[in-house]
Amino acid sequence: MPLTLHDYLLVSGLLFAVGFTGVLVRRNILVIYMCLEIMLNAANLALVAFSRFRPAADGMPDYHGQVLVFFIITVAAAEVAVGLAIIVALYRARNTTQINEINRLQY
Amino acid sequence: MLAWLILFAPLTATALILLVTKSSRQLSAFLSVGAVGASFLASVVVFFGPDFTTQFNWLEFGQRLIIPIGLTIDKLSRTMLLVVTGVGLLVHVYSLGYMHEDRSESRYFAGLSLFMFSMLGIVLANNFVMMFIFWELVGASSWLLIGHWYEKASAADAAKKAFLVNRLGDFGFMLGILVVWSLFGTVVFAELKPAVERISNDATFAVILPAAVLLLFMGAVGKSAQMPLHVWLPDAMEGPTPVSALIHAATMVAAGVYLMVRIDFLVIAAPTAQTVIAWVGMITAVMAALMATQQNDIKRILAYSTLSQLGYMIGAIGFAASGAAMFHLFTHACFKALLFLGAGSVIHGMHHEQDIWQMGGLKNKMPITFLTFAIGTAALVGFPYLSSGFYSKDSILIAAGAKSWIFLVMGLFTAALTAFYMTRLFIVAFLNKPRSENAKHAGESPMVMWVPLAILAVPSILAMPFLLGRSSTLTEVLGLAHDHSKDAWNVPLLAMFMFVWGVGLAFIIYRNRDRDPLRFPLLAHKFYFDEIYAGLIAITHDLLAKLSGFFDKYILDGLLVRGATTLAFGTGFVLRFFQVGNAQAYAIFFGLGVIVLLYLAVRP
Amino acid sequence: MTITLFWFFSFLMLAFAIVVVVQRNPVSSAMALVVSFIALAALFVSLDAFFIGVIQVLVYAGAVMVLFLFIIMLLDIKAEQRRVISPAALAGGLIVIFGFVGTFTQMLAGFAPAGATAPTLPHVIEDVKRVGILLFTEYNLPLQIVGTLLLVSTIGVIVLSKRELK
Repeated sequence: MPLTLHDYLLVSGLLFAVGFTGVLVRRNILVIYMCLEIMLNAANLALVAFSRFRPAADGMPDYHGQVLVFFIITVAAAEVAVGLAIIVALYRARNTTQINEINRLQY
Repeated sequence: MLAWLILFAPLTATALILLVTKSSRQLSAFLSVGAVGASFLASVVVFFGPDFTTQFNWLEFGQRLIIPIGLTIDKLSRTMLLVVTGVGLLVHVYSLGYMHEDRSESRYFAGLSLFMFSMLGIVLANNFVMMFIFWELVGASSWLLIGHWYEKASAADAAKKAFLVNRLGDFGFMLGILVVWSLFGTVVFAELKPAVERISNDATFAVILPAAVLLLFMGAVGKSAQMPLHVWLPDAMEGPTPVSALIHAATMVAAGVYLMVRIDFLVIAAPTAQTVIAWVGMITAVMAALMATQQNDIKRILAYSTLSQLGYMIGAIGFAASGAAMFHLFTHACFKALLFLGAGSVIHGMHHEQDIWQMGGLKNKMPITFLTFAIGTAALVGFPYLSSGFYSKDSILIAAGAKSWIFLVMGLFTAALTAFYMTRLFIVAFLNKPRSENAKHAGESPMVMWVPLAILAVPSILAMPFLLGRSSTLTEVLGLAHDHSKDAWNVPLLAMFMFVWGVGLAFIIYRNRDRDPLRFPLLAHKFYFDEIYAGLIAITHDLLAKLSGFFDKYILDGLLVRGATTLAFGTGFVLRFFQVGNAQAYAIFFGLGVIVLLYLAVRP
Repeated sequence: MTITLFWFFSFLMLAFAIVVVVQRNPVSSAMALVVSFIALAALFVSLDAFFIGVIQVLVYAGAVMVLFLFIIMLLDIKAEQRRVISPAALAGGLIVIFGFVGTFTQMLAGFAPAGATAPTLPHVIEDVKRVGILLFTEYNLPLQIVGTLLLVSTIGVIVLSKRELK
């Protein structure tokens, strides 16, 4: 049985679920950040799979999807840099990286 | 071109005074007098020139509504121009003396020039919309002038009252213009006349036209201070006396009459409205004359007599005698301005004392004022054959007699009352003994003040009979060619009889009196009109206020405003339990929302 | 062969992703993430997306992970203690995760194109060239914007991490 799009999408969805679980259960803000990256990459996997399994008119992969992934990776890199800087600033201010101790948003 | 000069010279003066010369009182006064002088000279030239109309389209709404700005010079407007600019010029000159000690002389002259501009606009307008605009400008500038001494509460109140009462009439005027436009499709006077003839057989025409005429008449009722809306004019005497002379005797109040004369072809086409107008005019004439008999303030007496004379003119419109109305308007403008300026001179000499019972014996102290005031009084009471008032009043009374005997009786009764109260004023103020320190030390006014009096006295007593006798053009201009032999009544004789009665009675009653021997509270309180209005307004106001108060408090505040806040507060109260402050809890909520959306999106 | 490799790398990726989630030491989490991302890069390669696979390794497994480790070291974060899991949070999390997986599988089952197999490619793969052409023609404006974004984020990071000058 050859590989289908279904297999890739399933793996992508599971990866997303794992990342989501991490975001929901971990308290360490750095790990939550890593899990966010996992979720982003799950989406990337789905995009590349689509680009390969839904070819363009000339029979080649649809490279628009890959360009999109390229942009996602770029923006994610920028985002990681800024996010980590914010975490550092936060750590300096509150001296913690535990998200349940950062609860000033409560009413 | 000359017509535009007449119109815009005073406006230029206003602009210059307000923008440039406000700080220099002399220069402002000079500018204002110069502007009105230029207008007067141009008017004289125009008077002897040909008829013409100049206009350009100002607003065009397709073919249905075209509003031009146009000036028209015809028989009516050129004579009116002469009166307005002539009396205006004399009043301006007079104001130089009267307002000399006033600190805000510049503002006064700016207002006066603005008023001249507005009034000339009314006179020259060739369509309803333009006339309405200037009509409102007249209202605004008269508000400025009546309230000139705005530090005085009574003056400020009088200005507001005049403006508001005028607005009431103007509203009717505006509606009338709209009705006329919807009926004829034009607002230009010259185009209305053929339009009336064209559709006069229409059935709806007979219903709508009287309504339109009465609505337009409402404007005249407001401006010319006719019966239900007359209350503003006596109070307007709080303004400076030259203003009273110019606005509230000679020009502004004449605007209503002028409007009615302008549209007399409409009035004649609507007989129902015509009768109403006749009644309003004559009732005003009688009631105002009655009120005048019990007033003690020299200016108020003149104000009520103005009301009464305006009633005559409006009545004449109702008798289809617009020529007589115009004639009386001209003579009245001259002698009433004379009387007001004379009164101003007296007030000036008496150090701003206006109660006639504080005067007395002014005959010797102020000889020129006395003489000219006597001429004005003679003209107003219609001194037989010598005064202009006699002729103009007669022409109205003849028209009244031709319409109905009731109107003739009312007119004659008013004539007798007029003779009575003017003689009363004259005897008490000028003859008799001085009754106060001020009266004992009164002195003649400066020359700038008595020269206009002397000039105005001329047409009041001499020129009109002379012109009427000699000049057929004037008779023709005013449409007074009248065959006396067909009259059912010998009106001049009756009028003379009334004159003798009124003057004689006043002489007997008031000769050498120190206090008023007659007491009619009803008349002294002006038929309680102000009180009735105050009561009416209080009742309707209270009702409206309570109603809107209820609406505001319970519907707007209670239901809408408080309802909205309660809703927002309640929602917030419930929602803030979700605001736990834990970012992961938010992520769970967010995830739940996404799942619900996903489920909805992929639901088979 | 391809199928075997696919499943191998998939399990590798998911397993190390789970390690990221359950590992209490952040340094271990970061290391597991590197492995997971390299497995993901392998999956990209299996999809003939060589360029994406390469930048996945370069950017994520290289740059981003180094950044993470650097920050972890900088802040000197210790491994977490065992903690009491609140039942409400656990219930909420489980509902969300299982709800998500459930809806997702249901959606996949009803997704007709999912059965597609990979078509054979007519040409030699030249994806760097193709992506490059797209980037500099059709996606030129977004490319410039992303460039600006990187600049802005660089400045932002400097501003954020600078000690307050008081």
